[in-house]
Amino acid sequence: MGDREVLLDVQNLEYSFDTYAGEVKAVRDVSFQVMKGESLAIVGESGCGKSVTMQAVMRLNPEPPGRFKAGKIIFDGREISKFSERQMQSIRGSEIGMIFQDPMTSLNPTMTIGKQIAEVILKHQKVSKAEAMKRAKEMLDVVGIPNADRRINQYPHEFSGGMRQRAMIAIALACRPKLLIADEPTTALDVTIQAQILDLMKDLQREFNTSIIMITHDLGVVADIAERIIVMYAGKIIETGTSDEIFKHPQHPYTWGLLKSVPRLDAQNKEKLVPIVGTPPDLFAPPVGCPFAARCNYAMKICYEAQPEYTNETDSHKVACWLKHPYAPKVKNPFEKEAYTSEG
Amino acid sequence: MVDISKDKFEIIGANASESQSIVRPSISYWQDAWRRLKMNKVAMASLVFLIFLVLMAIFGPYMRPFDYAHQDLFNTNKPFSKVHWFGTDYLGRDLFVRVWMGARVSLFIGVTIAFLDAVIGVTYGGIAGYFGGQVDNIMMRIVDILYGIPYLILVILLMVVMGQGLWTIITAMVMTGWVGMARIVRGQVLQLKEQEFVLAAKTLGASPGRIILRHLIPNALGPIIVSMTFDVPNAIFSEAFLSYIGLGIRAPLASWGTLANDATQVLLMYPMQLFIPGFFISVTMLAFNMLGDGLRDALDPRLRR
Amino acid sequence: MLNYSLKRFVYMLITIWVIVTLTFFLMHMIPGDPFTSEKKVPEQIRQNMLAKYHLDKPLIVQYGYYLNNLIHGDLGISLKYLNRTVDDIIKQSAPASFQLGIQSIILGVIFGLLFGIIAALKRGGGWDYFSMFLAIIGISVPNFIIATLLQLLLASKLRWLPVSGWGSFKYTILPSIALSFSTLSIISRMMRTSMLDVIGQDYIKTAKAKGLSQLQIIWKHMVRNAIMPVVTVLGPLIAGIVTGTFVIEQIFSIPGLGKFFVQSIYDEDYSMILGTTIFYSVILVVMMFLVDIAYGLIDPRVRLAKGGK
Repeated sequence: MGDREVLLDVQNLEYSFDTYAGEVKAVRDVSFQVMKGESLAIVGESGCGKSVTMQAVMRLNPEPPGRFKAGKIIFDGREISKFSERQMQSIRGSEIGMIFQDPMTSLNPTMTIGKQIAEVILKHQKVSKAEAMKRAKEMLDVVGIPNADRRINQYPHEFSGGMRQRAMIAIALACRPKLLIADEPTTALDVTIQAQILDLMKDLQREFNTSIIMITHDLGVVADIAERIIVMYAGKIIETGTSDEIFKHPQHPYTWGLLKSVPRLDAQNKEKLVPIVGTPPDLFAPPVGCPFAARCNYAMKICYEAQPEYTNETDSHKVACWLKHPYAPKVKNPFEKEAYTSEG
Repeated sequence: MVDISKDKFEIIGANASESQSIVRPSISYWQDAWRRLKMNKVAMASLVFLIFLVLMAIFGPYMRPFDYAHQDLFNTNKPFSKVHWFGTDYLGRDLFVRVWMGARVSLFIGVTIAFLDAVIGVTYGGIAGYFGGQVDNIMMRIVDILYGIPYLILVILLMVVMGQGLWTIITAMVMTGWVGMARIVRGQVLQLKEQEFVLAAKTLGASPGRIILRHLIPNALGPIIVSMTFDVPNAIFSEAFLSYIGLGIRAPLASWGTLANDATQVLLMYPMQLFIPGFFISVTMLAFNMLGDGLRDALDPRLRR
Repeated sequence: MLNYSLKRFVYMLITIWVIVTLTFFLMHMIPGDPFTSEKKVPEQIRQNMLAKYHLDKPLIVQYGYYLNNLIHGDLGISLKYLNRTVDDIIKQSAPASFQLGIQSIILGVIFGLLFGIIAALKRGGGWDYFSMFLAIIGISVPNFIIATLLQLLLASKLRWLPVSGWGSFKYTILPSIALSFSTLSIISRMMRTSMLDVIGQDYIKTAKAKGLSQLQIIWKHMVRNAIMPVVTVLGPLIAGIVTGTFVIEQIFSIPGLGKFFVQSIYDEDYSMILGTTIFYSVILVVMMFLVDIAYGLIDPRVRLAKGGK
């Protein structure tokens, strides 16, 4: 995978919200890359900063209260964090498409589905209205909405949840973007519909060679679609690796916790589901040490005092945990069946 | 740099107390609402003004040695002076005393109407919303039709028929005013009754009356209070309007509306006589509206973060 | 949509019927009402009325005749102006009131929407405070005070505009402004709130993620959605403007229906009061019906709902 080109490069991103109660440090020193054609998942509990990270990339947050504090975002060779609003407008929808969590509220209730799709085409491509509507209809076919002819003139409230999410995907992909950001695209849907939407996204990714960033709290969704996974906690990346590495050889106690709290179908894991006790820290005043320490069964004194550095397990697998420090006691990794060495 | 010594690498486990303490202290809905209201300076200033107004309505008329109805035809239309702080009107009555007597009447009308509207509206809307179905259908159709009847025109008609006076104003305005509250409460109850805690109460065998009174109304109290706060200035305005066109309470009793009406007799010569009651009507309406806005922001859970 | 309109239409008819019935029976509740009191009403009119209203018949029969008269647009005879029918007076005086009312509605709605939109977009800016200031005056100062102030300042003191009376367009300016003030301020405040609500909606994020410009988002996605709750209050606001004419016409001595209406209250001209009340009510109920239909037209959820539940 190393030979693929970098599409999105986020470097040391810091993003905050200024609220009446003070500054919320929603994203703290986050760096990652997305390759062309790759699918990446960002996983974490709600409020961990995963959505804010991507909205900062797209610059969708109203500013203020949002504030881009530091860092660099390079997309397709251009430093878009320096772009003007007008320049960003030409990127949004055409080069980066985005799908949101709740298809019930993400579509304009007073505009027909066809117009909502055609709108993005008209904005970015020099085509006539009729041509845009024709393409909108084609997009509805592509995302698997039957009777596109009729559907195109309908309003969102005439669509079911799954259909609306398909329509959202049609909007996001209408201009064949290089990157698709999907913010919890299946969370609000029924389980059977979830699978359909994920399949659709996988198919379309292959068809259009789009990179996907999937934001989710659901590891089940991630296993299905992601090549690489980023685990975020309290505005920081605490572990990142390939899908295999995260699922088979997770290193951070938080990742262990996440995996244990997910129901799994494979028979060998007959263990009980274990919830992670407690709630994430208040980002008005993030703790000085490891943000997870207070909920971590393996926490040490040092964890409360200083933030751990990243340790490289393999070229692709990084983790920020004091257990990796040479002084730390050896802890049995509950997911490790045998000694784990670099696969590369 | 943090000192990384070996002794710090000993597993002490999750810090339960700290992970609990991280959570912001939990405060009740009303505490939170009060905290938010206190931060709203405009709403607090309005509240302070209204308290001042109530106090003046009680004590103001006793601050000067004049009777509000006493006419002094040798001292008509006097400007502000040490004797008559707000001057006198065309019949030589002391305006300072009359303004605060007017405040009594205007505030009394406003508050009474808001209260009666709430009592009727909450009962009606609560019943319609709770029972739903056909009951709701019929009850709300009636409300729809009443709502369609132009408010002020009906009040004027009722006033013409019933004759002028304090209680006829109140009766006429309550007869037409409660429907707004009924709609709000019914909407709230419809939403709330689907929630789990109501189902739980039902499962436990609570009677409809108990569920409405103990579970639904308290949870709908926010919008009810906000709506009442807006009802007061509406009533004050309606009364002033009626009095201004000559359908208000009967002389010598004074409300701010009748003071404004009296002033029109000498408007071009002594506009001050209109501006004084006008000022108090305006500021009071403003204060209630601003307080209502503040309450709505403080009580509406949808706006919370 | 057809079902919805039909349903609204039936409601309108029922409402009018309720008003008419209420009016009739209230009329007979007036102590010493014009039909029974002997001292007040001139003999000539008494005779006319006796014949017209069949006062010798039972109440329910009278009600039937009364309804029949109304359906034929007959509102009765004025007790003050001998031999003039209420219809005549309305026909003569309503045009001035209509002109005043319609000018005020247009003024209030257009500027209200404009101020509200700008205030929401420039939240916390100068425009926001200006429109907030207007709104504060609009909600707190009664229209008769605003009217008097405008009259004293712009007409009596500065002499820019005529103090009172009716004639050319310049006579209509002050009363229209005074009358539209509260509508303008309420619409601007509602539009501002509604816009701020819409700005926070997910579909605005979607629109932004499409790369639309600020202007496109505002026009195509915000205003259309934000305007809907405002349309729902248009009915009561129009009612406010109509009743507002009662005092405004009084203050500016405009020979409109409002002035006659208020005068009839002073004169205790009951048939005039009741006839005008019905006239006003019908106008308002029809207006509200039209507002409902307009709402149905702009909200596809209503328009497409079959059966209109």
